[in-house]
Amino acid sequence: MSFQATRPNLLAAPAIAWLLAFMVAPCLLILGYAFFERGTWGGVVYTFTLENFERVFDPLYARIFLNSARIAATVTLLAILIAYPAAYAISRAPKSRQPLLLFFAVLPFWSNYLIRTYAWIVLLNREGLINNVLRWGGYEGEPLSMLYSEGAVITGLVYNYLPFVILAIYSSLSRLDMSLIEASRDLGAGPIRTFLRVTLPLTLPGVAAGGVFVFVLSIGNFVTPALLGGGRFQMIGNLVYDQFLTANDWPFGAALGMILIAIMIVLLTLQARATNRAAGTVREAER
Amino acid sequence: MTDAPTTIEDAILRIETLSKDFGPVRAVDGVSLDIRRNEFFALLGPSGCGKSTLLRMLAGFEMPSSGRILLEGKDISSLKPERRPLNLMFQSYALFPHMSVVRNIAYGLEMERLPRAEVRARVDEIMAVTDLTGFADRKPEQLSGGQKQRVALARALVKRPKVLLLDEPLGALDKKLRERMQLELKRLQHDVGITFIIVTHDQEEALVMADRMAILKDGQLLQCGSPEDVYESPTDRFVANFIGVMNFIEGGIGADGHFTAEGMRLPVPGIAAGPTALAIRPEDVAIDHGGGHGIAGRITDMAYHGLDRVLHVAIDACETPLQVRVPARIEAGHAIGEPIRLSIAPDRCKFFPA
Repeated sequence: MSFQATRPNLLAAPAIAWLLAFMVAPCLLILGYAFFERGTWGGVVYTFTLENFERVFDPLYARIFLNSARIAATVTLLAILIAYPAAYAISRAPKSRQPLLLFFAVLPFWSNYLIRTYAWIVLLNREGLINNVLRWGGYEGEPLSMLYSEGAVITGLVYNYLPFVILAIYSSLSRLDMSLIEASRDLGAGPIRTFLRVTLPLTLPGVAAGGVFVFVLSIGNFVTPALLGGGRFQMIGNLVYDQFLTANDWPFGAALGMILIAIMIVLLTLQARATNRAAGTVREAER
Repeated sequence: MTDAPTTIEDAILRIETLSKDFGPVRAVDGVSLDIRRNEFFALLGPSGCGKSTLLRMLAGFEMPSSGRILLEGKDISSLKPERRPLNLMFQSYALFPHMSVVRNIAYGLEMERLPRAEVRARVDEIMAVTDLTGFADRKPEQLSGGQKQRVALARALVKRPKVLLLDEPLGALDKKLRERMQLELKRLQHDVGITFIIVTHDQEEALVMADRMAILKDGQLLQCGSPEDVYESPTDRFVANFIGVMNFIEGGIGADGHFTAEGMRLPVPGIAAGPTALAIRPEDVAIDHGGGHGIAGRITDMAYHGLDRVLHVAIDACETPLQVRVPARIEAGHAIGEPIRLSIAPDRCKFFPA
């Protein structure tokens, strides 16, 4: 190995050591747990079994999986629909103003996740801001119960992950060669057809990156469903949490966790492949 | 010193006192031009002269601050780009990277919602004309610079525009290919019978390709005419210097009708007196072998070009050595440092008041 190749590896050593100790090792540990029997008071009994993975496909749990996937998909779709126009507007703003606009888009992200989620409780509850405003405006019926519902969970998740999607789509849009848009107009396509045939296809890698990100984070999330779903309402994250801390079934929790990680790896791989395929064309567009 | 806008009867495109301001900067300043049908017209000027802005106004990407653009008598100044029967070939080619060659070329026809069979036929035809048959399924990234250029050209031409605008179409090609493509473009323009307006900063390119050319500087039109007009009779000192090579000798014209500078005196009847620059092309300066009345100088440099030899001759009248282009076979055997006498034909001189 040449000197040139060695040095970057050495520079990355602390990060690699960190990942090995706190990311790879715990994951392997959890992976191992998933193949053993549960201990009575938590922990594991070292007897090999595949039963934990069988239980994952039990209709009771499979339903929670599907439910989580459906919610995560809805969150992803909404986040993309909201983020794309925002990212588009930012990328078309004067160059000097774009950093400020991006800063505002990402601003909520710098406050604590829990506090941001609690803020939605303040907004949504029966005595909350929205109901108060409605009553003030003359509404006299029952206060709306918006909190502790699937809608509240979806709202909370979309809100929390929106900045990521805006950033991902913005980075695609800002790299898009404006002369391609002009060429499309010049060739007779109006703004809508130009968007559908040129802008959107060329920014799909950004949409995919943001979308996979939101989907993966949403499907495994347990804080937001716990707070805004009020416990009535379970996603896989809550299930895993319960297995480790309430039901004391570490191996089953581990098996659920492994399935989540597997979903994540599959999605990230697909996205990386799509991005690589698009990278050639993007490079071409930048030339 | 803009000429009075020459009005042409069968002008396909008429530009009327067109101006464009970007904030405090006036990029195009009151340009009036008539472009003939089926003409190869060049907009020439140094970078920042406003030629690209002018072209972008014709394409519809910039709205004029004032003035009008008339296409076959109809005002198109406020039409959106997709509504103008003009097409632009982009300097960067702007090929759609996610589409194959054939999809790129068909794009403009699909936007016109033409029947599939007609799209197919016209795309095939233009691909044959531009020598692209066989590249249909390639992606732009799999093409060479020259091939991309032809795809860009085909994509615009297939629309059969009334006018094709070309923004520095050969800028990205290497010298050899560029020279070949200059002639190729001219042949193609003749074959398809479409009016071409090309923007370039390369005066040689404009001279080779254009039927007529306009020289712009600081947003203003300086001169418009055939390459020969512009080369032989520049009406402006900037044009004289920009097109081809020109020697300038600063001096003055006296009441006696003579141009005088240090070490030279030339009869120039009929030209207004005052401080004046004399301009003369290198090929209009000759070596004075007899008499000894010529302008005295000394050879400082020599360059052999095969057909010609260019001598750089230091004379008292100007700081930069005069360039003298002489037939290489006739004027052989000169040496650097050699004293020499030059003669200038008065009728080949141009005079610009200083």
